[in-house]
Amino acid sequence: MPCIEARGLRKAFGTTIALDGLDFRVDEGHILGLIGPNGAGKTTALNAILGLTHYQGELQVLGRDPWTERDQLMRDVCFIADVAVLPRWMRVSQALDYVAGVHPRFDRAKAEGFLAKTIIKRASKIRELSKGMVAQLHLALVMAIDARLLVLDEPTLGLDILYRKQFYDSLLNDYFDRTRTIVVTTHQVEEVQHILTDVMFVNHGRIVLDCSMEQFESRYLEVMVHPQHVAEARALKPIHERQVFGRSILLFDHVDRQQLAALGDVRTPSIADLFVAVMGDHAGAAQGAAI
Amino acid sequence: MNTPSDAVPESPLAPQEIARVATMQTRPLYWSIRRELWENRSIYIAPLIVAAVQVIGLAISTIGMAERRRAVLLLDPAQQRAAIEMPYDIAAIMMIFTVFIVGAFYCLDALHGERRDRTILFWKSLPVSDLTTVLSKAIIPLVILPLLAFAITVCVQLIMVLMSSANLLMHGVSPATTWAHFPLFQNWLVLLYGLVAIALWHAPIYGWLLLVSGWARRAIFLWAVLPFIAIEILEKIAFNTSYLAALMSHRLFGWAAEAFAFGPNGRPSIESLTQLTPGRYLSTPGLWIGLAVAAVLLAAAVRLRRYREPI
Repeated sequence: MPCIEARGLRKAFGTTIALDGLDFRVDEGHILGLIGPNGAGKTTALNAILGLTHYQGELQVLGRDPWTERDQLMRDVCFIADVAVLPRWMRVSQALDYVAGVHPRFDRAKAEGFLAKTIIKRASKIRELSKGMVAQLHLALVMAIDARLLVLDEPTLGLDILYRKQFYDSLLNDYFDRTRTIVVTTHQVEEVQHILTDVMFVNHGRIVLDCSMEQFESRYLEVMVHPQHVAEARALKPIHERQVFGRSILLFDHVDRQQLAALGDVRTPSIADLFVAVMGDHAGAAQGAAI
Repeated sequence: MNTPSDAVPESPLAPQEIARVATMQTRPLYWSIRRELWENRSIYIAPLIVAAVQVIGLAISTIGMAERRRAVLLLDPAQQRAAIEMPYDIAAIMMIFTVFIVGAFYCLDALHGERRDRTILFWKSLPVSDLTTVLSKAIIPLVILPLLAFAITVCVQLIMVLMSSANLLMHGVSPATTWAHFPLFQNWLVLLYGLVAIALWHAPIYGWLLLVSGWARRAIFLWAVLPFIAIEILEKIAFNTSYLAALMSHRLFGWAAEAFAFGPNGRPSIESLTQLTPGRYLSTPGLWIGLAVAAVLLAAAVRLRRYREPI
């Protein structure tokens, strides 16, 4: 059953086209990584899914129109926009009271359980918490909601590596149960690669790549080519080539693994490497650091 | 606000959904109002500070009160009453003015602050409709602040009566002169009636401020006020008339003439409950036009909030 279904999703801000007719579908129980450079339209797409922005085209989330039915959709959808949206004046206990008071699917005991594993005090104001602790609090609130779709827009932006790792670990261990759906955008692609079931690249408001991780792994191969085989490897039309420590690393799409194994060491590329290859060398050079 | 009706979903749902929602007992409106009070503590702190100042002022005025009271008792009964009642009336009027200012500034920030600090993304991630959110914000100046003003004024006046009675007793003057001239319960009834009349009369003002707060990106106060000043200047220069100014003034103060029948001396004091004119107030078109305008402005604010994003 589709959790999200979009057909011809468009959105323009003045003359800037943020979404240029997206067609995609996310099935229930999947974890989709939405990857793209800054300004590619990722956040606009997520905002459309969440009913936060107006759009043209067709969009159904859990069978509802997010724009006109946002408040009802939010019974079944959770989102973490980024770490800085929790009200800074609020106390932790007030946040628990409020969400418990307005959300029919919030399990307060569960949230308290998650918080007990942290050093966050109930009486603290959110402005007194560190960025990492705010992320932990938001995650505790969200994981205690029995939602069907969780949308994460750069959820770990600005967190140190320990908090980032912990964030995705608890998400996977304590939350994801194969019936829920998660859509995540992040620049720290390598940190989410192992949890994704699907990956989608967007650039300039268009989908550049949309495939499952199984397809990804069978389709794309990266070969660290032995120097004597470089010419032979290039003849197989790699989609990208880069040099690391004087060795050529070539990225292939739809080339037989056995054939490549003869040329060098074959492995599955990281999403980040494929992203750089697909987005083109110029864009890639500019975006490489951000990935 | 703590009624079961809060648990009723805001739009039609399948029967089993209604059952589930009802068992979970969410009360979005109730919790949204509490949320406003958590965030905007000035809603009750400002009236409490004014109350404290009033009590301190009264404490200072008790010095020499007995002598003044003896002098007052030489006057004719109407003047006696006016003199004794005056501080109490001033306390009540100051509190009414305070909650109007607090309510106006609260409304100006209500739908702007959540966009400025990006928390709108958090509020919108919860199953609370824009209607509930805007209503909870409109309820603060329309219901919560008048009730607070009433409760605090009652407390202040009680403290004033007790303090002055104790002071008079110590100086050998019977405090009965206060009690005889100052029918507390009747005054409280007048106060409550006045607060309700003012809140309903001012509803379109709050609606306008909320709408501007949800619409303007910056300089909310200027957007709320300047259009009226500009139109008034235009009207004055072009036609040499002041209809808009008269309209504004009527909206701010017109409730008084409709809700009360003041004495022939023009003094704004209420000596008898017969001076309350709820019939005239309720039948004046100004009230109903104002409420209709308020409803339109609030509906626009609800509609607008759907489009709103952090600024």
